[in-house]
Amino acid sequence: MIALLTRDMRLAVRAGGGFGLGLAFFLIVVVLVPFGVGPQSALLSRIAPGMLWLGALLACLLSLDRIFALDHEDGSLDLLATSPLPMEGIVVVKAFAHWLTTGLPLVLAAPVLGVLLNLPGPGFGWLVLSLVLGTPALSVIGTFGAALTVGLKRGGLLLSLLVLPLYVPTLIFGAEVARRGAEGLAVTTPLALLAGITCGTIALLPFASAAVLKVNLR
Amino acid sequence: MNLNALWEYANPKKFIETTDRVLPFVAWSAALLLAAGLVWGFFFTPEDYRQGSTVKIIYLHVPAALMAINAWLMMLVTSLVWIVRRHHVSALAARAAAPVGMVMTLIALATGALWGQPMWGTWWAWDPRLTSFLILFLFYLGYIALWEAIENDDTAADLTSILCLVGSVFALLSRYAVNFWNQGLHQGASLSLDKEENVADVFWYPLLVTMAGFVLLFVALVLVRTRTEIRARRTRALEARERMQA
Amino acid sequence: MVLRVTDMGVARGGVPVLEGVSLALGPGEALVLRGPNGIGKTTLLRTVAGLQPALGGEVEAAPESLVYAGHADGIKAALTVVENLHFWAQVFGTKDISRALETFRLGPLTNRQAGALSAGQKRRLGLARLLVTGRSVWLLDEPTVSLDTDAVAMFAGAVRAHLAAGGAALIATHIDLRLSEARILDLAPYRAAPLAVEDFDGVFL
Repeated sequence: MIALLTRDMRLAVRAGGGFGLGLAFFLIVVVLVPFGVGPQSALLSRIAPGMLWLGALLACLLSLDRIFALDHEDGSLDLLATSPLPMEGIVVVKAFAHWLTTGLPLVLAAPVLGVLLNLPGPGFGWLVLSLVLGTPALSVIGTFGAALTVGLKRGGLLLSLLVLPLYVPTLIFGAEVARRGAEGLAVTTPLALLAGITCGTIALLPFASAAVLKVNLR
Repeated sequence: MNLNALWEYANPKKFIETTDRVLPFVAWSAALLLAAGLVWGFFFTPEDYRQGSTVKIIYLHVPAALMAINAWLMMLVTSLVWIVRRHHVSALAARAAAPVGMVMTLIALATGALWGQPMWGTWWAWDPRLTSFLILFLFYLGYIALWEAIENDDTAADLTSILCLVGSVFALLSRYAVNFWNQGLHQGASLSLDKEENVADVFWYPLLVTMAGFVLLFVALVLVRTRTEIRARRTRALEARERMQA
Repeated sequence: MVLRVTDMGVARGGVPVLEGVSLALGPGEALVLRGPNGIGKTTLLRTVAGLQPALGGEVEAAPESLVYAGHADGIKAALTVVENLHFWAQVFGTKDISRALETFRLGPLTNRQAGALSAGQKRRLGLARLLVTGRSVWLLDEPTVSLDTDAVAMFAGAVRAHLAAGGAALIATHIDLRLSEARILDLAPYRAAPLAVEDFDGVFL
C-alpha cells in the first residue's frame, strides 16, 4: 500500500497536472471573484471565507476523474484488483494520494489567496484549519464518485453531477467555520460537525467505493 | 401469511400478470380521489382570512412534497432488495420511481414558489426546507443520470443502488446541515412552512383525500413505468439473443 | 492440482457465452485456450482471476497463487522500467527483479522511461511483471501481442522455465507458441446455448 502511495505521488510529480492544475484553477477562480462582484473591500472580506471554500472545492473536483481513469486505461486497475491488496485499501490509498497532491496544496495556497480577497485577520487560522479538516472528506467523497464513473467514456460531467450534492454538508460546515472565524464568533459547533463528517466519510465510504469499483471492473 | 410467497411477485412474468389486474383499479381510484380532493379543496373550502385563495395551492404542494420524499424512500427500499436478493423487478422499480419522484419534487418546488410569492413577497427564499428540496432534486438528477449513462443493466442496477444508499445518508446529513446553516445566517428561521400542523379541519380533510390520490397516482405511474422497463429489458435480451445466434 | 475449474459458466455484458467449462492444471502444466474471436476466452480468464463473478461452477486454487495479465500491461509511462517492476514487486511482497530483467532482456533499458519504449518492449516489460509477482499460476490473455519472433521465443522460454520450476499457465492465444508440452483446449464445444423462448418470459437473460 505504501508502494502504491509512493507510486501515485511520483506519477503526480512527474506527469504534472496533479499539483499545478488544481492550484492554478483555484487562483483563477479567486481572481475572477472581484471581477464578478466588484472591488469593494468590505464586500470582498465578507464573502472571502465562502469564496475560498468554494474555489477549493471546485479545484478539488477538477482532478477527481484522474484518480482511477488513468489506472483503468492502462490496465493497472485490473492488475491491482487481482493483487494481494484489498480493494478497500487501494481506495483509501488513492483518496489519500489525491488529498496529498490536491487537497494539501489547496490548503497551503488558501491563506495567500485570502490576502487577495481581503480576508479579515482572525479568519486566516480558522480558514486553514477548516480546510485541513474538510478537504480529506472532499477527496474521499470524490473517490467514491470517481469509482462510480470509472468505466464511462465521458464520465467527467456525470462525476460532477454525482459528487456536488454529496459535497453539500462538508461545504456548509467548512465554510461556516471559516466565516464564523473571520467574524470572530464561536466556531466550536460547526468545527465539531465538520470533523464528524470527515471522520465518518473516511471510516465508511471506502467500503462503498470498493464495492462500486469491483462492479465497474467486471 | 407466508412471507416467502411475497417474493414470487418479484418474478417479472408474475409481476406483469398481477399488475395487469391491479393497475386499472389503482389508476381509476387515483383519478377519482384526485378529482374529488382537488374539486373539494379548490371550490368548497372557505378562503383563508389572511392568505385569500392562494392557500388552496396547498392541495398540490403538500401531497407533491410528501411523494417527493416517499419516492426516494421507496427507491432506497427497492435498492436494498436488489442488493440483498437481486430481484430484477426491484431494481427496475427503483429506476421507474426516480423520474416520478423528480417530477414530484419539481411540482413541490414550483407550487412552493407560486405560493411564496404572494405570501412572503418572494419566489424563492433559502429557507431550510426549500433548500433541502432543491438538494433532493439534485440527488434525483444524479441518480437518473447514472442509470442513463451505463449500458449494462445489472451494472447500472448495482451502481445506482449503492449511490442510492450513500445518497440517502448524505441527503439526511444535508437536511441537518441546511437547518444549521440557515439558523446560522438568520438567527432563527424567519419563514416557516409548518402550516399543516395548524390547519383547520375544513382544509385538512380535502388535503387528506388529495394526499391519498397522490399516493395512488404515484403507485400507478411507478407500476406503468416498471412494466415498461421490464418490457424494454426483455426486448434488449431478445436482441442480444439474436445477435448471439447470428 | 494447482488450479481446477469445474463446470463453469461465464457471461459477458450479462449474456452467457460459455457454460460447463472444466479444466485442471497440475504443477508444470500449461493449457492453451483456443477458439474464434468472441467465444469468451478473455471473459473466462477474467472470471478465473476473480475479476468478475461466474454464472456457475467453481474455481479451486491455492490462495494467493494466481496472477493475471490482460490485454493492457499496466505500465506507467512516467516511471522507468525498474520503477515499474519494483512497484509490482512491492505490491506482491517480493524483492528480486533481476531475474525478470534478465529473462526478458530488459537490462539495457532499465533506466529508460516506460513511455519511451516500443510496443514490443512494453509488452516484454508487462510479461516481466509476471516473474516478479512470485505467483505460481499464470493466467495470460494474448501474451504475444506486438512481440516479434525473437521475443515470442523469449516468452516461450520464460513459460518453459516457469513450468520447470513447478508453476502452471493458462494461456489464451491465437499463435503457435511452440510449447510442445502445452495441452490445448478448444472452447467451441462449451459455447452457451441460448435460452429457449418459452423460458424467456420468466427471466431476462
